[in-house]
Amino acid sequence: MTTTDPGTRDPYAGSRETTEGRVYTVTGGDWDQAFGSDLTGEERLVVNMGPQHPSTHGVLRLVLDLEGETVTKARVVIGYLHTGIEKNVEYRNWTQGTTFVTRMDYLSPLYNETAYCLAVEKLLGIDAPSRAQTIRVLVMEINRIASHLVGLATGGMELGALTGMTNGFRERELCLDLLEEITGLRMNHAYVRPGGVAQDLPPGAVESIREWLTVMPERLAGYHKLLTGQPIWQRRLKDVGYLDVTGCLALGITGPVLRAAGLPWDLRRTEPYLGYQDYDFEVPTADTSDAWGRYLVRMAEMFESLKIVRQALDRLEPGPVMVEDKKIAWPAQLSLGADGMGNSLEHVRHIMGTSMEALIHHFKLVTEGFRVPAGQVYVPVESPRGELGYHVVSDGGTRPFRVHVRDPSFVNLQATAAMSEGGMIADVIAAIASIDPVMGGVDR
Amino acid sequence: MTGPGDRSGTDAGQGAAAPGGGFRKGAFGVSGSGDTSGFGGLVRVEPGGAVALHSTDRPYGGWFDEVTDALVEAVGEATYAAAVRRVLVDRGEITYFVAREHLLTLVQALRDDDALRFELCSSVSGVDYEGSGGPAATPGRPRLHVVYHLTSMTYRRRIRLEVAVTVEDPHVPSVSSVYPTADWHERETYDMFGVVFDGHPALTRILMPDDWDGHPQRKDYPLGGVPVEYHGATVPPPDTRRSYR
Repeated sequence: MTTTDPGTRDPYAGSRETTEGRVYTVTGGDWDQAFGSDLTGEERLVVNMGPQHPSTHGVLRLVLDLEGETVTKARVVIGYLHTGIEKNVEYRNWTQGTTFVTRMDYLSPLYNETAYCLAVEKLLGIDAPSRAQTIRVLVMEINRIASHLVGLATGGMELGALTGMTNGFRERELCLDLLEEITGLRMNHAYVRPGGVAQDLPPGAVESIREWLTVMPERLAGYHKLLTGQPIWQRRLKDVGYLDVTGCLALGITGPVLRAAGLPWDLRRTEPYLGYQDYDFEVPTADTSDAWGRYLVRMAEMFESLKIVRQALDRLEPGPVMVEDKKIAWPAQLSLGADGMGNSLEHVRHIMGTSMEALIHHFKLVTEGFRVPAGQVYVPVESPRGELGYHVVSDGGTRPFRVHVRDPSFVNLQATAAMSEGGMIADVIAAIASIDPVMGGVDR
Repeated sequence: MTGPGDRSGTDAGQGAAAPGGGFRKGAFGVSGSGDTSGFGGLVRVEPGGAVALHSTDRPYGGWFDEVTDALVEAVGEATYAAAVRRVLVDRGEITYFVAREHLLTLVQALRDDDALRFELCSSVSGVDYEGSGGPAATPGRPRLHVVYHLTSMTYRRRIRLEVAVTVEDPHVPSVSSVYPTADWHERETYDMFGVVFDGHPALTRILMPDDWDGHPQRKDYPLGGVPVEYHGATVPPPDTRRSYR
């Protein structure tokens, strides 16, 4: 049955005649056999990339139409990490919502928590105490550095700069150590709560942050030495993934991508929240509109975040970290143990041993939660990836009626086609890495 | 649904209508299932329900009047009166409740007019007001709302447009021709709520699988809608799992 023509025999691709016709075993290099000598680009090749692919920045699927190595059409398919968080939140009380939203964009959990809590607080008509606000700023900016480092590290890995990856994750670990010391968890903290934060900074945290502040500038400067001047890194990023301000606005792109196109749009400056108007920092921009500019903007933003952390430490004043209103404030300030946040023994003694009313109050507030007056709000914050907006609707009940998250990764990913069509397939990777999408946030 | 205040089947019929058309059930000292898992929920809907049906009177205060005047000027008095059914200022945010026939005219003016310049469509999302109590949830009322958050970077302002449609006729014109960013937002809203955006270039599911049935974020979408079976034992939907009856 099987015959092989010795005249056209190719070490990489054999062909054989079967009852079904001629069958090629395509292992490469046999295009002239398969298509004849006419390889002028009339043939369209559709490549399915992902959803499991080390270079697609998560479970992202790309359907690329190729002519040679040129991408003529790029389609993005998402939904592989859809977890139904928005629906789930509707069946938990308002405080439990924090635990869910923190898992959306898992690289910037504290932004999710803060934006959600700001929305709930706006519905309630309350403000967190100033110490809680400062702590939120503090942890968010540490989180921004951690997030940008991962963006840099995974982006570097996807482009083959593996040292960038190992170093990025190394420095990120320093940030996560701090967050662990403060919140008890490395990620998915559930630290920011409606009305304030779960607990005050533990003893020694301020010292740890100050020590971190002395280490980080030098470490971050190391990336300039490692990557910025490197010719390969430059040539992989420059003029790749071009998107100007007009394109950004049409596609709703915010964050470093927009700022790399030259528009200094940063919600911390343009619509300040949590007292950001009182912090002294720059909004870095670039005018190249390409992946290179986005890299430089992210680098500069990490240094600005260090400045903000430093100022936040100086602004910390003693005071409560949760609103006084006992109908909203979580009844127990938790204590931090070796295995994370846990029960405060003092509080347990109080409710179990001395006050039955305190026990009832604790039970009611923890299981049923508090009511939030009916209405809807939209609260945006500047996450590491752009405008993170929470549209929260209450019907007056103890659970959110609807929580919609305008996740910047979801919106920014729409720019993939505009950034990569007409370019080379290798540049698609650089373009997507420069958007820095987090699929947990895209699919929610 | 047996009453306008129901949140789930668990507590059906436990509440009593409060005077004034609103609906009140539960309190601390809940009657009914005694379910404290959080699934039962405690709802206290004020008269009017979650969707306040009143309109804020002029002046709205702050720049709200400026924007509204500019909008009236841009689209014309008659169109504005036909397009904007009511305006609500709440918690420092302004919401225009818009008739769907005029949505495109409005967003085009909002984006292009020099005095408005809402260049960025921040977000499009759906809300299903089924079961929220009040007149908005009574049968025949449009319960599916599509909410547009528009941002003016020039003036640093944010407004909200809201379009309400019924489940029987869930058609809304797509704004993706004006704001290309609305493409995925509208696909998500279609996927989750079943709102059909007419004129959308490719309205397909985006988060759920292409062959999925139903629209999961509708309030009447059954929890545990996918039969879960393990070794012959079935898992009930979570909203009925822990009610002690």
